[in-house]
Amino acid sequence: MPVDYLAKRFGVFLLIVWIAATLNFFLPRLSGQDPVRVKLLQQAQLGGYVQAGIDAMVKEYDRRFGLDQPLWVQYLAYLHDAARLDFNYSIANYPRTVNEIIAEAIPWTIGLLGATTLLSFGIGTFLGALLAWPRAPRWIRFLLPPLWALHAIPFFLFGLILMYLLAFRITVLPMFGGYSAGAFPALTLDFAADVLKHSILPAMSIVLVATGGWALTMRGMMVTTQGEDFVTFAEAKGLKSLTIFLHYCARNAILPQTTGLALALGQILSGAVLVEVIFAYPGIGTVLYHAIRENDHFLIQGIVFTVIVALGLATLILDAIYPLLDPRISYRKA
Amino acid sequence: MLAAGLRYARRNVSLVVGAVFLLILVLFVGLGHLFVNTSRSRPLSVPALRPPSWENPFGTDRQGRDLLAVMVAGTPLTLRIGFVAGFLGVGLGSLLGFVSAYYRGKLDTVIRGIVDIGLTVPGLLVLIIIAVSIKEGLTVDQMAIVVASLAWLNPTRTIRAQVLSLRERAYVEVARLSGMSGPAIIVKELMPNLLPYLAATLVNSVSNAILASVGLEVLGLGPIDAPTLGMTLYWVNYNAALINGWWWWWVAPIAIILIVFLGLFFLTVGLDELANPRLRSAV
Repeated sequence: MPVDYLAKRFGVFLLIVWIAATLNFFLPRLSGQDPVRVKLLQQAQLGGYVQAGIDAMVKEYDRRFGLDQPLWVQYLAYLHDAARLDFNYSIANYPRTVNEIIAEAIPWTIGLLGATTLLSFGIGTFLGALLAWPRAPRWIRFLLPPLWALHAIPFFLFGLILMYLLAFRITVLPMFGGYSAGAFPALTLDFAADVLKHSILPAMSIVLVATGGWALTMRGMMVTTQGEDFVTFAEAKGLKSLTIFLHYCARNAILPQTTGLALALGQILSGAVLVEVIFAYPGIGTVLYHAIRENDHFLIQGIVFTVIVALGLATLILDAIYPLLDPRISYRKA
Repeated sequence: MLAAGLRYARRNVSLVVGAVFLLILVLFVGLGHLFVNTSRSRPLSVPALRPPSWENPFGTDRQGRDLLAVMVAGTPLTLRIGFVAGFLGVGLGSLLGFVSAYYRGKLDTVIRGIVDIGLTVPGLLVLIIIAVSIKEGLTVDQMAIVVASLAWLNPTRTIRAQVLSLRERAYVEVARLSGMSGPAIIVKELMPNLLPYLAATLVNSVSNAILASVGLEVLGLGPIDAPTLGMTLYWVNYNAALINGWWWWWVAPIAIILIVFLGLFFLTVGLDELANPRLRSAV
C-alpha cells in the first residue's frame, strides 16, 4: 500500500522538522543568554559609552521580538513562524530578514553541493565497480590505496592544501569567492564562466574526498553480488562479460548505494559548509560563519532549520522513489 | 607469542600502519613535553611571524606563539576531546545498542526511531546550535561534552546491528535456557565476543569526534584560549595566513591532523579485519 508507506515517511519528515524547530527554540534559551541585550551593549560600546537607557531599549526590542511573553506563548509563536518559514530579522544585518539572506546564499550551496554530490557519486560508483571486477585493467588496483587514504581526510583541510598548490603557488585558479570582485551577477556567458572557474577548487576538494567513500561501498557491494547464484548462472549461460558486469552485477550493487545517498548528503553538507568558509564561497556556510562571529542567533537558527528541512525533504524524496528503483523492496516492507 | 604477533602483523598491514602513525604522535608529544617549553604556546611569548629557524623550528604565528610549542601543547588537547567524546559516545551507544537489540520490543522501537531520525540530520549544524548556546568561555572538556552529545548515534546503530545477529547464535540460546539473566548474558556472553568490534567502533568514533571538534573550532566555536589543532587552523583562517604566504603557520597543524586521521583510519580498518576475518579475502 504505497499511500501508507508515503504517509509514514511524511510523518517522520514532520517529526524531524518539529524536533529541529524545538531544539532551535529551547537550546539557546537554556543558556540564559540574551542576544538582543548583548548586541545592544556591543553597539553601545562601539560608540564609546554605555547608554543609561539601555534597559529601556532592551525592553522595547524584547517587546518587538515578542520576547516578553511567557515561554509557551513564545514557543507557539515560534512554531507558527517556523511553519511559515519565517525567521524574523537578522540581528546583525537589521533590517534585512533572515529569509532574504538565506535565499541569496542557498542557490550557491545547492549548486555546489548538487554538482559535487552527483560527480562524486558517479565517479566513485563507477570506480568502485571496476575495483571489484576481476577483468578490469590492472592499473585500477593502484587507485585503491590513495582513494582510501583521501577518504579519511577532512574536506576543508584538503581544500586548504589545494588552494595553496593551485591558487597560490601556481596561480591557475582564483582563490576566493563565487565570482571575481567587481563582476556583476548577470545571466551572461562571461559571468557563468567566471562562476564556474571559482567553483572548481571548492568542488575539487569535496569531490576528491567524497569519491573514495562511494568507491569503497560500491566495491564492497560488488564483491557480495558477484558471489550470488544468478551471476554464476549468467556465466554458465555464456553471456558476454560486459553484459554480466553491467546488467547483473553493477545494476544490483548500485541500489544500496542510492539508499546511502540521503545519509551521505548530510555528511557532505557538513563538509561543504567548512569548504565554503575556507574559500569564502558565497553560500550558506560562509553566511553561517559570519553569523557565528557576529552572534546573530536568529540567522544561525534560520540556517540550521532551513538546512535540516531541505535535507529531510531530500530524504523523503529518495525514500519515495527508492522502491521504484528496486523492485525487491515493496512499499509495505520498507 | 611475539612471533605469532609479528606473523599476524604481516597479514594485517593496516593495523601496523595505524599504530605506527599514532606512535609517532605519542613520541612527538612525549618528547616535546620533555624538550620544548610549552609556555611559549601563549601569545606574545616569542617574536611574531618568524619562518622556521633553529630558534623556532616550526616558526611563529602572528600573535607571537611558538608553533612547535603550540603543536606539543595542542595535539594532546585535540586528542583528549576526541577520546573523551568517543568514549562517552561508545559507552552510551553500546549500552543503548545492547539493551535495544537484546530486549527488542517497544524500547527497541523508540531507540531505533530516535537514532534513525538523529542520523538524517547534519550533525555539525546541530552541534553549532549547541555550541553557540553555551559559547561563553567553552573549555576543552566542555567542548568534548558538546561533541559527545551526538557521538552516541552511530555506535548505537552499528552495535545494535551486531548484537541482533549475535543474539540468535546457539550459545546465547543455551545461556538463556540455563537460566542466565539478561544483563548477565550481555556482559558474559555477548560483550567478550564483540570486543574487537567495539574497539573498532571506538577508534572510529574518536576519529569522528575529532573531526566534529575541529570543524566547530574552525568556525570559531572552540575553546578560544586553548592551543588545539582546530583553533590553530581558526587563527590561520582568521589572519588569512595562506594568502599572506605564512606557509609554516598552517603546514604544522595540517600535517599533524593528517597523521591523526590517517592513523585512526588505518587502525579502524585493521581492527575491523581483526573483528571480522571474512573481510580478509576481500581486501
